[in-house]
Amino acid sequence: MGVGSEFKKGIIRENPTFKLLLGLCPTLAVTTSVKNGIGMGLATTFVLLGANFVISVLRNFIPDKIRIPAFIVIISTFVTLIDLLLAAYLPALHEALGIFIPLIVVNCIIMGRAEAFASRSPVVHSIADALGMGIGFTLSLSLISAVRELFGTGQLLGLDVINAFYEPAVIMILPPGAFLTMGLLLGLLNYISGRKR
Amino acid sequence: MEHLFVIFITVFLVNNFVLAKFLGLCPFLGVSKSLGSAKSMGIAVTFVMTIASVVTWCVNRFLLVPYHVSYLKTIVFILVIATLVQLVELFIAKVSPTLQRVLGIYLPLITTNCAVLGVCILNVQEEFGFIESVVHGFSAGLGFTLAICMMAGIRERLEFARVPAAMQGFPISLIVGGLMALSFFGFQGFFAH
Repeated sequence: MGVGSEFKKGIIRENPTFKLLLGLCPTLAVTTSVKNGIGMGLATTFVLLGANFVISVLRNFIPDKIRIPAFIVIISTFVTLIDLLLAAYLPALHEALGIFIPLIVVNCIIMGRAEAFASRSPVVHSIADALGMGIGFTLSLSLISAVRELFGTGQLLGLDVINAFYEPAVIMILPPGAFLTMGLLLGLLNYISGRKR
Repeated sequence: MEHLFVIFITVFLVNNFVLAKFLGLCPFLGVSKSLGSAKSMGIAVTFVMTIASVVTWCVNRFLLVPYHVSYLKTIVFILVIATLVQLVELFIAKVSPTLQRVLGIYLPLITTNCAVLGVCILNVQEEFGFIESVVHGFSAGLGFTLAICMMAGIRERLEFARVPAAMQGFPISLIVGGLMALSFFGFQGFFAH
């Protein structure tokens, strides 16, 4: 496959959130507002990019038997980097994402791409794959958080979009709303793709 | 003693790890097809969480803090947990082959379970003492077991329900999770802080 299609596959066809159902914990936990959703998506993209790049460069040097611990060390190095960077430059976002920043380490998308793709593909392809998957993840988080923020607060990105008579359904930004939104969105996507066929 | 009980009820019911904090969702949705495997997964997670709380608390207190390298805790904790899971696996295989048959395939999965790393990081963040950390880890594991067993019980019945084609599988499970989270929300405000 060419570099272009490696990039594109992560966005719709193999979308990590809706098609592969990977990385559900951060997906449900931080999507209370669009800002947090995008922040989490970009932080994960950064780690994905760094990890895929380094693992792909080192793929012929890492012995097969200890590849999983080696991947974990590489991934957690980038997670520590983004953790410290966010704490220094975007303290508000760092506060909002909280424990889910260190937990990017155990996000199965990153380990999955390292094991299934970066450890056996050339560097350029791995970078394209990481960018595609990262953007796919960011877009999915934006979609979920947009639905939750819109119905939960009547706002989008902090701006009022529904008129003042709308009584916000607070449940949407509380934990139960995350499960319900994700379930209904998945059902909707299944329905749409089922009708196409 | 009293505040230990408060920690227990808080993570077991009020702020249940799965339903209120979204930690450990992958096994919650992935291994909840039958009650039997859900129970085994729950026991395995509780076991590893308790031991991981003990070990990472010691590592943090006696290595990371004295040498001023607290920023390394993510890297160190995940390696400690991965090693620990391997050791537990070897130990169980040696001591009790029966237990190994039950927990066998679930143990390796636990390394990438965010609930385990989550509980260790929360122990540090909340500045829990040793006993508090152990109680926190153990009750978080029990809370996970409660949630995954309830989910498995409901999903076993869903097999016989007429679910619309588009909602079968994950979507309906997520809706069930949402309704469970809603009912657990009733515990909110149990303790007036």
